[in-house]
Amino acid sequence: MSPLRLSTAITAAIFLGCFLQGCTSGPHTVRAATVKASKDRRDAPEFTLKDADGKTVHIADYRGKVVLLDFFATWCGPCKIEIPWFTEMERKNKDRGFAVLGVSMDDEGWEVVKPFLAELNVNYRVVIGNDETAQLYGGVDALPTTFLIDTSGKIAAVHVGLAGKKEFEDGIEQLLQPGGIRRDASNRMSLPAFAIRTK
Amino acid sequence: MQAKIPVTVKVGYHVNSNTPSDDYLIPLKLTWISTGALEAGAVTYPKPSLEKYEFAEKPLSVYTGNFELVANFKVAANAPTGPGAAVGKLRYQACSNKACYQPKTIEITVPYQVQ
Repeated sequence: MSPLRLSTAITAAIFLGCFLQGCTSGPHTVRAATVKASKDRRDAPEFTLKDADGKTVHIADYRGKVVLLDFFATWCGPCKIEIPWFTEMERKNKDRGFAVLGVSMDDEGWEVVKPFLAELNVNYRVVIGNDETAQLYGGVDALPTTFLIDTSGKIAAVHVGLAGKKEFEDGIEQLLQPGGIRRDASNRMSLPAFAIRTK
Repeated sequence: MQAKIPVTVKVGYHVNSNTPSDDYLIPLKLTWISTGALEAGAVTYPKPSLEKYEFAEKPLSVYTGNFELVANFKVAANAPTGPGAAVGKLRYQACSNKACYQPKTIEITVPYQVQ
C-alpha cells in the first residue's frame, strides 16, 4: 500500500504547543533568602520519611538544632553545585547544633540517589521525598529549594533556585547565634548584610 | 509520511536535548502509545544547541525557543480508510539558569486521515 493513501493534510492537522507546565516563577526570579524576624516565622511542616538505612525521620527530630532542609534531585544541575557546600557546612557546624537534611525528589528512589550521594561524598542525612512532602512545603516546584529552620522548628528563610554560598553561611551563622545576633572577633555585634533593611 | 510536531519552550528556560551532555540529565523523548492504522517509525529530533549555564562547567546540549520534532509513519497495508489518531507521550525536563523543574510527560495526539 502506498503511503500516499495517508492524507497529505496530516502535517497541517497537527497543532501542538508544548508549553512548559508548572514553571510558576519566572526564570530570572530566583528568590534569595532573608532570615525573617522570629514573629514572622511559621512552623516547618511535619513529615515522616525514610533515610537510606530505612530509619524514620521526622522534622521534629531536629528540634533544638538549626536545620538546612534541601529539596534536590539527581537530575538537577544547580543542586549539584550546592550539595558540596552543604557537605562542608555540615562538617564545619555539626557540633554547634546544626544539621543538613536532604530531601531527594527523584521518582526512582534510592536506586539512583545512593550512587549520587556516594559520588558527591555527602556526609549528611538524606530522605526520599514525595509529592505530599513537597505540597507541605509550598509545592517545591523548582529545585533546589532550601529552607533554613531555626532551633524552635520554624522556617526562618527560603532559597528557591541556586543561591550564593555566602547567603547560606550568613543565614546559618545568624540562626546559630543566641537571639540571632553575631559577634565578631573583637566582640562587636554584627548582622549579615541581607538582614539589614534601610527602608 | 512525516508529521511535524512544533514545540515551544518559554523564554528563559531550556529542555535537555534527546542526547544530553551528561548521564544524569533527563532527555527529551517522544514515544508512541498507540498509532492506530499507522506503523510508527523513528522520531527525528532537531540538532541541539550547546549552551553554557551558570550551574554547569561545560556547555549543555539543549533545546530552546521553537523547534520541531518529526515523526515518521508508514501506512499498514491493510489499513482501513477513514480518520484515526496517533497518541504519544512527550517527556521533558526543563531548567532555567538557576533552577530545574520536575520532569513532565505530556500526551500528544496526531490526527490523520487514511484515504
